[in-house]
Amino acid sequence: MKKSKAVRYNKWGYIFLLPFIIVYVVFQFIPMVTTIYNSFFENYMSGLTQIGPKFVGLGNYQKLFSDGDIWIYAKNTMVLWIMCFIPQIILSLLLGAWFSDTLLKLKGQRFFKTVIYMPNLIMASAFSMLFFTLFSDGGPINSMLMQIGFISEPYKFLSNTGSARGLIAFMNCLMWFGNTTILLMAGMMGIDTSLFEAAEVDGATSTQVFFKITLPLLRPILVYVMITSLIGGLQLFDVPQILTNGTGDPMRSTMTLIMFLNKHLFSKNYGMAGAVSVLLFIITAVLSLIVFKVTGNDKRKG
Amino acid sequence: MKKKLISVLLSTTMIATILGGCGGGSNNDSSNAPADNTSTNTESNAPAADSNASTGDNASTGDNAATGGSAAAVADDGAVLNIYCWNEEFKSRITDHYPDYTEVDATTGTIGDVTVKWNITPNDDNAYQNNLDATLLKQADAAADDKIDIFLVEADYALKYVDTDYTMPVADLGITDADLSKQYQYTKDIVTDSNGVLKGLSWQACPGVLFYSREVAKEVFGTDDPAEIQNYVKDWDTFNDTAATLKDAGYSIVSSVNDTYRTYSNNVTSKWVVDGKINIDDNIMKWVDDSKELVDAGATGTHDLWSDDWSKGFYPEGKVFAYFGPAWLVNFSMAADTAGSIGNAGGWAATEGPQGFFWGGTWVCAATGTDNASIVKDIMLKMTTDDAIMTDIVVKDDDFVNNKPVMEALASGETKIMREGETEEHEYTSQILGGQNPLAMYCAGVDGLDLSNLSAYDQGCNEEFQHAMKNYFEGNATKEEALDLFYKSVVEKYPELTY
Amino acid sequence: MAKNNEVSKGLGIKTRRIIAYVVLCIITFFCLFWFYILFINATRSNGELQSGFTLLPSKNLWKNWLNLYHGTLPILNGLVNSFIISALSAVLCVYFSTMTAYAIHAYDFKLKKFIYPFILMIMMIPTQVTALGFVRLVSNMKLEDSFIPLIVPSVAAPVTFFYMKQYMESSLPLSLIEAARIDGSGEFHTFNIIVLPLMRPAIAVQAIFTFVSSWNNYFTPALILHEDKKKTLPILIAQLRSADWLKFDMGQVYVMIAFSIFPVILVYLILSKHIVQGVALGSVKG
Repeated sequence: MKKSKAVRYNKWGYIFLLPFIIVYVVFQFIPMVTTIYNSFFENYMSGLTQIGPKFVGLGNYQKLFSDGDIWIYAKNTMVLWIMCFIPQIILSLLLGAWFSDTLLKLKGQRFFKTVIYMPNLIMASAFSMLFFTLFSDGGPINSMLMQIGFISEPYKFLSNTGSARGLIAFMNCLMWFGNTTILLMAGMMGIDTSLFEAAEVDGATSTQVFFKITLPLLRPILVYVMITSLIGGLQLFDVPQILTNGTGDPMRSTMTLIMFLNKHLFSKNYGMAGAVSVLLFIITAVLSLIVFKVTGNDKRKG
Repeated sequence: MKKKLISVLLSTTMIATILGGCGGGSNNDSSNAPADNTSTNTESNAPAADSNASTGDNASTGDNAATGGSAAAVADDGAVLNIYCWNEEFKSRITDHYPDYTEVDATTGTIGDVTVKWNITPNDDNAYQNNLDATLLKQADAAADDKIDIFLVEADYALKYVDTDYTMPVADLGITDADLSKQYQYTKDIVTDSNGVLKGLSWQACPGVLFYSREVAKEVFGTDDPAEIQNYVKDWDTFNDTAATLKDAGYSIVSSVNDTYRTYSNNVTSKWVVDGKINIDDNIMKWVDDSKELVDAGATGTHDLWSDDWSKGFYPEGKVFAYFGPAWLVNFSMAADTAGSIGNAGGWAATEGPQGFFWGGTWVCAATGTDNASIVKDIMLKMTTDDAIMTDIVVKDDDFVNNKPVMEALASGETKIMREGETEEHEYTSQILGGQNPLAMYCAGVDGLDLSNLSAYDQGCNEEFQHAMKNYFEGNATKEEALDLFYKSVVEKYPELTY
Repeated sequence: MAKNNEVSKGLGIKTRRIIAYVVLCIITFFCLFWFYILFINATRSNGELQSGFTLLPSKNLWKNWLNLYHGTLPILNGLVNSFIISALSAVLCVYFSTMTAYAIHAYDFKLKKFIYPFILMIMMIPTQVTALGFVRLVSNMKLEDSFIPLIVPSVAAPVTFFYMKQYMESSLPLSLIEAARIDGSGEFHTFNIIVLPLMRPAIAVQAIFTFVSSWNNYFTPALILHEDKKKTLPILIAQLRSADWLKFDMGQVYVMIAFSIFPVILVYLILSKHIVQGVALGSVKG
């Protein structure tokens, strides 16, 4: 009796999944399979002439690993992600804690909550244009620093590894921290406020409330933020691409994996692009699994 | 195949008659239109025959047509003329100067009873070329109304298209060498394929010279006379010595090393790619060594062209002595309409500089498979060879047109001009250049230009080379590391190359 | 530990409030500064823009706008196109992602164990990878210059799905659905009438994200839309920026950017109200 009822309901699971699956298969699965398939072929355009496809087995992968640069780009990507993610998550949690702190009674919360997402509304290309202007050798930042006597001649922000990476991380952080904060806040709304009130009555400090109540209950959303930020970080592309004009200067120290992929896409080198994509996919999957595992353990403890 | 050919033949003749008839009746508003229309149609049939004989390797015409002596292997019955380009420049030239063109809306127009469709894709992210490539590859199977008839290319990647059968030899349209005798040779070099067949035409030429600040010249050299200043920049060694002098006086000789790049790269003696191997010409390496010295001495910067830092020198506070550039740089990029800029005060002057070069320009190519051959031919001829139209382009749009006699007559002051809002005819002079007539200088620079050493890889190689060397100039890499980076980047772009 | 807490509590409220305000003000500055520069730049002419940076507005805003408006680019069409694509994408995306998440969350079926990890897996595939295959597919389907390939794929958005799934985990109790079933509510009805309203904060959040990313997307539309009248705003901006030297005018570019940001701010402000209201709802629930 009970079983048949469950089955009757559960067919709706398939029905509700149907639109997603159909659209996915048509618009994403087919292109994805072609990508993997292509990674085993030599297949590119020389001008308007098609070269290949010629089956080369693991030849593309061999080429990819033999010069070893791919690991440099992987490292760059991770460095940029960490430089951007750590301040971003700290800032987001801090803001989330403040906004949800009933003792703090911050005024103008609505304004601040609205404002933090705004940078994401500007197109990355327009944003980069502004950064170019501000941080150019003769730009306002340099002339300001020179006026206060901090430096004696213009500092070339985009010609030094540290500052170039810093700028990229800063821009990315600025564009996405609001996003993260909103996600966390939306998660916090799901938390039963009576819990906070009860804690307050029991004399818990805000710090205690945050770590003992908010964070554990926020876990699913935090996992989401971690995973998507990791995926987004590994796919970091538009900001460094536009800011360095696709070169990854200086000496490719800001070249990310997707920028490298983009270089192969430019020459319509489906073979190499496919190999880079497959590798990227494997890296992402492994890292995501680790995050899942780590956060999954936390759940049991809590 | 045969059937198709016959049907094309039939329809071509028919349309020719119809068009001829129509042309006679309509278009009363533009005085020379009807006559032109008829003559074009008759012409297009006749010379096509000899062109087939001369270029046997062409894809569209093929042996059939050549041996059969057929006049119209190229279709001419299209109802839609598709033009592919990346900005509005050519459209506005056609709208303003092509006699039969009537604008309908932003992306359509008509010529006679043919609809003109503009397909504009911006250059960003290589979108224009991607789109053009995809459409050209489908050209053979496309419906008649979707076939590309005309597409535009820039010098940097012209050969990518010109060196394929997708681009039609201009001779196949019935345009003869005699028609093009007034054009500058370099504009033809750029669109001549590896078999020596000319496949595109341009209405503009963009010879470049050296523009220097009169104020700085007077302060440092005691004169602003172009002839005397030329002595300080007459070759690269003198140029570099002058850079040191200017540096001591507190000026950069040019804004960035990228300013001089074109001048070196236009004067190479070998191609970027030789037998599938990347090759760096000696003159390019000379640019690297000269530039490194200049940068190390603090005599110039490493900014990208068009960046804010680069354009600082358009104002006196930028402390830049000179820019390399063609006419359009002065007229449209030097902020002459802004108070306080050097150009606004008429403070620039032009001199030939160390070597001749060109910068910019757009070439018109006919796509193989076009079904509007006679209109394509007429557009190409009128826009790139007609003296009256081209003089008009100079007056109205300040282009430097691809017509030697026209430009020389303007240079010598023989042709007087009168712009909108002016009441008197006068010699062509430039306010921004302090009343100098620089045309003679441009003409001299462009005459000696030899661009036979272009390859289909120039766009990628030039771009990647400048990018890679920036690391060397700024001290982030040794010369060897920078060269390695260059080779690597080029192979990523063109997987078929080796080094 | 207790002592520590006391100290922090004693240090407490007032100091912490001041710190919070200072930090928030700095953040606000960094968030809004860019809009200010964009506005300033939109008021300056091309020549003024070239001469360097300033914090003071100039007088050319109207002139720049007129140049842009009377130029050849169909910016009003672009606005409408961008709006249609972004709005429909956002609606389809959140509706079907919620539905998919609900399928996984509320039902137990055989393939669930397989499908959930599968969707998570495909989330990790970079979009750039499939882009070229996607364009080929679109041209085979003869859907170039159509909005369909820009709107419909948003039905399958693994990232949005994942968020909805996580959100349901923390705030959609299954007991509620059971209760609805006992009341005789059909499954589809339950989803539309009971689940969707409960998901409002999450839906508003993801609707904003989808709308904005679709609004600012240049990459895919540029590969698919070629006809001027079908183009979206980012393509038109790119077109303006690659204008020939005769017409190149940064003033117009900045006006155009400002013009294209304005609607998205509006949509954001409208939707963000739901998020803020969501807080109030939560407390009622408690």
